[in-house]
Amino acid sequence: MANRREFIKISSIGAGGLALAANTFSWSKGMSFADDLLSPDKKGALRTPTYCELCFWKCAGWVYKDERGEIKKITGNDDDPHCNGRFCPRGTGGVGMYHDKDRLKKPLIRAEERGKQIFREASWDEALDYIAEKLGKIAREHGPECVALFTHGSGGKFFGDLMKAYGSTNIAAPSFAQCRGPREVGFLATFGELVLSPERTDIRDTKCLVLIGSHLGENMHNGQVQEMSDAIDKGATIITVDPRFSIAASKSKYWMPIKPATDLALLLTWINLIIENEWYDKDYVEKYTYGFDVLKERVKPYTPQWAYGITGLKPEMIYDTAKAMHDASPAVIVHPGRHVTWYGDDTQRSRAVAILNALLGSWGRRGGFYYPEKASLPDYPHPPYPKPKRTWRDAFPGKFNLANEVLSTGICDASIPNTARDCTFKAWLVYGTNLIKTLPERKKTLEAIQNLELLVAIDTMPMEITGYADVILPECTYLERYDMLRTNPHREPNIALRMPAAKPKYDTKPAWWMAKKLADKMGLGDYFAWNDIEELLDWQLKKIGSSLDEMKRIGVKKFPRQYDDLYFWPDQDFIFNTNSGKIELYSTDLEKEGFDPIPKYTPHPEPPEGYYRLIYGRAPMHTFSRTINNPNLVDLMDENTVWVNPKVAKIWYLENGQEVYLQNQDGVISKFPIKVRVTERIRWDSVYMVHGFGHSNKKLSRAYGKGGSDSELISKVMLDPVMGGTGMRGNFVTFLTEKPVEEEVAS
Amino acid sequence: MKEEIITSGRMNPYIDPHLNIWHWQIPLYLFLGGLAAGILFFAALYTIQGKQDKYRTAVKIAPFITPFILIIGLIALFWDLKHKLYFWQLYTTIRFESPMSWGAWTLMVVTPLSFIWCALNIKVIFPDWDWKFQWVKEVEAFFRRNILVISWILLIFSLILGVYTGILFSAFNARPLWNTSILGPLFLASGLSAGAAAIVLLSKDHFERVQMAKIDLIIIAVELFLIIHMFMGFLASTQVQIDAANLFLGGPYTTPFWLFVVMLGMVFPAILEILELRGYKMPHYIAPILVMFGSLMLRFIIAYAGQESRWLY
Amino acid sequence: MRYAMAIDTKKCVGCSDCVVACQTENNVPIGYCRDWIVEVTDGTYPQLEIEIRSERCNHCENAPCVRCCPTGASHYEDGGTVLVTHHKCIGCGACIASCPYDARYSHPDGYVDKCTFCLDNRVKKGEDPACVSVCPTKCMYFGDLDDPNSDVSRVLKMRKWKTLIPEAGTKPHVYYLI
Ligand SMILES: Nc1nc2c(c(=O)[nH]1)N[C@H]1C(S)=C(S)[C@@H](COP(=O)(O)OP(=O)(O)OC[C@H]3O[C@@H](n4cnc5c(=O)[nH]c(N)nc54)[C@H](O)[C@@H]3O)O[C@H]1N2
Ligand SMILES: Nc1nc2c(c(=O)[nH]1)N[C@H]1C(S)=C(S)[C@@H](COP(=O)(O)OP(=O)(O)OC[C@H]3O[C@@H](n4cnc5c(=O)[nH]c(N)nc54)[C@H](O)[C@@H]3O)O[C@H]1N2
Ligand code: SF4
Ligand code: SF4
Ligand code: SF4
Ligand code: SF4
Ligand code: SF4
Ligand SMILES: [Mo]
Repeated sequence: MANRREFIKISSIGAGGLALAANTFSWSKGMSFADDLLSPDKKGALRTPTYCELCFWKCAGWVYKDERGEIKKITGNDDDPHCNGRFCPRGTGGVGMYHDKDRLKKPLIRAEERGKQIFREASWDEALDYIAEKLGKIAREHGPECVALFTHGSGGKFFGDLMKAYGSTNIAAPSFAQCRGPREVGFLATFGELVLSPERTDIRDTKCLVLIGSHLGENMHNGQVQEMSDAIDKGATIITVDPRFSIAASKSKYWMPIKPATDLALLLTWINLIIENEWYDKDYVEKYTYGFDVLKERVKPYTPQWAYGITGLKPEMIYDTAKAMHDASPAVIVHPGRHVTWYGDDTQRSRAVAILNALLGSWGRRGGFYYPEKASLPDYPHPPYPKPKRTWRDAFPGKFNLANEVLSTGICDASIPNTARDCTFKAWLVYGTNLIKTLPERKKTLEAIQNLELLVAIDTMPMEITGYADVILPECTYLERYDMLRTNPHREPNIALRMPAAKPKYDTKPAWWMAKKLADKMGLGDYFAWNDIEELLDWQLKKIGSSLDEMKRIGVKKFPRQYDDLYFWPDQDFIFNTNSGKIELYSTDLEKEGFDPIPKYTPHPEPPEGYYRLIYGRAPMHTFSRTINNPNLVDLMDENTVWVNPKVAKIWYLENGQEVYLQNQDGVISKFPIKVRVTERIRWDSVYMVHGFGHSNKKLSRAYGKGGSDSELISKVMLDPVMGGTGMRGNFVTFLTEKPVEEEVAS
Repeated sequence: MKEEIITSGRMNPYIDPHLNIWHWQIPLYLFLGGLAAGILFFAALYTIQGKQDKYRTAVKIAPFITPFILIIGLIALFWDLKHKLYFWQLYTTIRFESPMSWGAWTLMVVTPLSFIWCALNIKVIFPDWDWKFQWVKEVEAFFRRNILVISWILLIFSLILGVYTGILFSAFNARPLWNTSILGPLFLASGLSAGAAAIVLLSKDHFERVQMAKIDLIIIAVELFLIIHMFMGFLASTQVQIDAANLFLGGPYTTPFWLFVVMLGMVFPAILEILELRGYKMPHYIAPILVMFGSLMLRFIIAYAGQESRWLY
Repeated sequence: MRYAMAIDTKKCVGCSDCVVACQTENNVPIGYCRDWIVEVTDGTYPQLEIEIRSERCNHCENAPCVRCCPTGASHYEDGGTVLVTHHKCIGCGACIASCPYDARYSHPDGYVDKCTFCLDNRVKKGEDPACVSVCPTKCMYFGDLDDPNSDVSRVLKMRKWKTLIPEAGTKPHVYYLI
């Protein structure tokens, strides 16, 4: 009998098992290579291993240089399960990040000169001393728990360690409350397991892939796009639910042009149909699930006819698609999505997705959801971290208890002084996240920033957030540095190395160096007891039977699985990591917290007359701010457009390519004009744009003023009461065809 | 609705949003080539016909401008080349399928001939001219003896040059507007018309002016016929060619084409010439200037509009 | 030997990876490209279809660009590829105007450039062209039409396909699976 709890425990203890097993690989020990930065590949070309930092999929690849020693191209590593030797356009264009002349070049400190605030260049020592001194002061006056770290990127790990050593566990990523949070909480409540990244979806072997909003193909998360293509090859049925004719929709057998904000109605109807028609996996449901009978009762009202009125989807189509899922089951995936903070009921919607998967028996089955495994590395020995007296949760007593990560927006809220709150944040370290464009409700973010005593931005580019910083630390790009080994879970446990392909340009430094130096200056040097990162990595690698030299040569190393299989075996007994030990169709966790234990449909507000719902998504060649000034990628797409249905265009006399300003329901007007794209690909009640454009920092020579920003128009949030996710699709916009008077333009 | 877009930001200014590889240089070059061809054609023709004295301007005076305009044309062409230092590669090979190539070689023949022609007639303009060296005089005598042969060569090559100015475009079936065999004759006619107009302009002899004006009238009639024919051809063809024709039939080139090329460049001067032939008095330079202007505009408009017509997207 | 490429419009997601990969592999300057993506949407919401094509020089069997080149810079090479010899090109633009597919561009250094099928730098070394090897959806196939077992030959046998503007009579060697 396999027990998930056990597994979690073991794997969290450390690399014990793995280290033993890996001893069989000891042939690699003692082999030494010229410690040249470069290792020749089969064909004699010079290349160094890396993993990509252009998005969070972290594909491993090779960096090649030309005869002059300039970085020329980056390609995928054939052994890497994240990318299978093929990068996505952003990864391939990663070279542009290195060559970008607009990069941050020197540490900068905010100073006052003749009554005006300016940044002045500083030496690294000076900048780090400044931070160390301020953080020391804040710790003395308010306690270290009043400092938070926002991080979204590899190097954030080192600053995370620094924070923990300093005494704060408030380490937040926008990838929770603005992104994956609801699905992780929804799946955790149902299966006792996270979806993780890369997602544990077994797309390559699926017979039916249901995408609810997930716009794979535009969402260029590499492995998934590759596997979707494999699935198309193998004739899988693809069902895409999207109000926009997405690229995925265009590859689908069924495109369900749903009315936005009504997905939960469709999901509940599917659940009802599958139960009514006995299309669920009876043995599976019987053996593994909890609460089936209540579920069956509760979803009865959700008929296709009812759903038709709400979603605008034809009853036959709803029926046919439910049948298609059944026909494919258990090799069916109702995809959990990734960016799921849409309408505030997102955890409940994710729960419905999880329930649907449970009924179809796809969890733990081939072509459904597999059980991933992660190579775990031992931590370099360090003194125990101090136990913080307070955490961000103290600012929200009794709320968001199911949030299993820190809420970025929560920290933001708790940085605005409020007598009702116990904990007001005084300092932010911001690593690799452009909060200004990333968080909704910009007014609030800016207010919070105004109240800080210290804001440190660690970035590679002069993004908007750096403009609000007291100190800017310029990091070198991923092509110029080491980071921790990549250890994401996958079908096979594996690790990947990132090493510098070139010396850092300008006066930039890697995160590990900054964090360690800062720790030294703050008297926390013991927590970073290694001399440099090569020593740290080599130490870790030797513990699991590899070495830095070996990894420089191969880039990616796979290990055999240690625990059970990818899938359940027939009739396997299994205890899920939930209160009931079963897959909870009826969630006891949610019930305990006072939420609906079974999702219920509630309608959301609709756009007023003359307004359209603002929805947004990804373009394959960009990742938010991250790529927005990258010369190679700007070359592919230099601005976004606002997609408008021809019917709407007619009403407003809008023409293709015409520039308009957008104004939202709160009167916020876009700072820059955006060009109209008249296209049938969008519904008449919505407009669409790619997120990440419309930058306002002039130092971004390619991105400044190009296209429009969805972020600035998201002034209203539909908060997820379960876990604090920020639903961002409840904003409505209208068109201004004339340039608005200057004062009215929101900043 | 059908939407066809390039999503990867192909921002090459020479091909997007439409072809934009040839600017003023090429139409100017083609106009000057056509004009020179027209002038030299009449010079050669009347020489062969033995009418040198009746058409003194056509044979002896007007050709004097041809070396200059040919050279200016070549400079314009050279100006347009993007890889100028490799210019000489044009003359390392003859490629009969390439109009550019045989155009270059035709100019290689016509330009020296135009110089020779001027040399033979230099005394008309500078009566005291002396070639100084004996061998030059001998060469001159040689050419003078063979003036008929030279005339024939010139006649043929000026026709080739005139046709070439149109074929250069019509060889490109990639551009639906250019993809018509009528451009060759049309541009030839336009060149001859401009040549005739130039002669009218330069001539002080009433008889010669009247004769050339008559010829011009005929050529203009032919041009109008060809233009109508061309549009009928387009409209009876595929969608892309209908689209191409529509550039002139309601599209952005409608006004410039019908106003400048057809009305000002053909119909109006034709009326003036007819009136003049009927004995009305008016400044004789207006009609020929308009004809030349029309001929220039024709090249410009066809060059630019052709680049806007395309198969895809 | 006749090199050809087949691109599956049913799998291509229009990501443009093939475009960047070509740029970095072949030193195509920023602002120019040898390949590009076309998206054609047809129909009325919600009855819609999209065809996505990764386009490049078709290495035409009957290439107008070769015909009209005055210097012979544009020429046929091994396997029926159409290439440009940079030092013979005078930059007259005739080939650019002659290509119905707008596949050529004028390199900032003066000569005309376009897709080479990566002949010298990859294909002759036994590798796939850069765009083919990078494509995340594996929707591109490259090989020899004369070899019935090549990827291209096989996929063209199995699937319906088309070429672009067949009316132009250029006999393209890039095929689109539909
Ligand atoms: N190229 C590229 N790829 C990326 C990223 C990137 O920046 N660039 N970012 C990565 C990250 S961090 C994430 S989280 C993921 C996000 O990628 P996904 O999880 O795929 O994001 P969604 O929010 O589902 O994506 C937007 C889609 O939802 C549709 N939509 C809008 N409103 C509704 C609705 O009410 N119902 C339904 N059913 N659909 C709706 C939109 O039309 C659009 O097609 O992408 C990842 N991949
Ligand atoms: N309006 C709106 N808001 C959104 C979303 C949306 O679709 N619309 N999407 C949400 C989602 S799903 C997510 S995951 C988040 C993502 O939010 P973020 O992670 O904040 O995304 P980016 O804007 O790409 O921010 C990346 C920052 O990291 C910097 N950076 C890049 N590389 C490095 C590096 O190597 N080192 C350092 N130190 N910095 C680096 C970049 O310059 C940039 O400032 O945004 C969320 N917010
Ligand atoms: S999916 Fe693309 S951008 Fe993301 S890590 Fe992989 S190659 Fe890089
Ligand atoms: S890389 Fe492949 S999927 Fe992406 S646009 Fe090119 S051909 Fe299409
Ligand atoms: S596609 Fe254009 S450039 Fe390529 S061979 Fe054909 S005509 Fe020539
Ligand atoms: S531009 Fe170069 S390759 Fe093209 S036709 Fe002219 S000489 Fe030939
Ligand atoms: S075959 Fe080579 S040159 Fe042609 S588009 Fe692909 S990568 Fe570029
Ligand atoms: Mo995300």
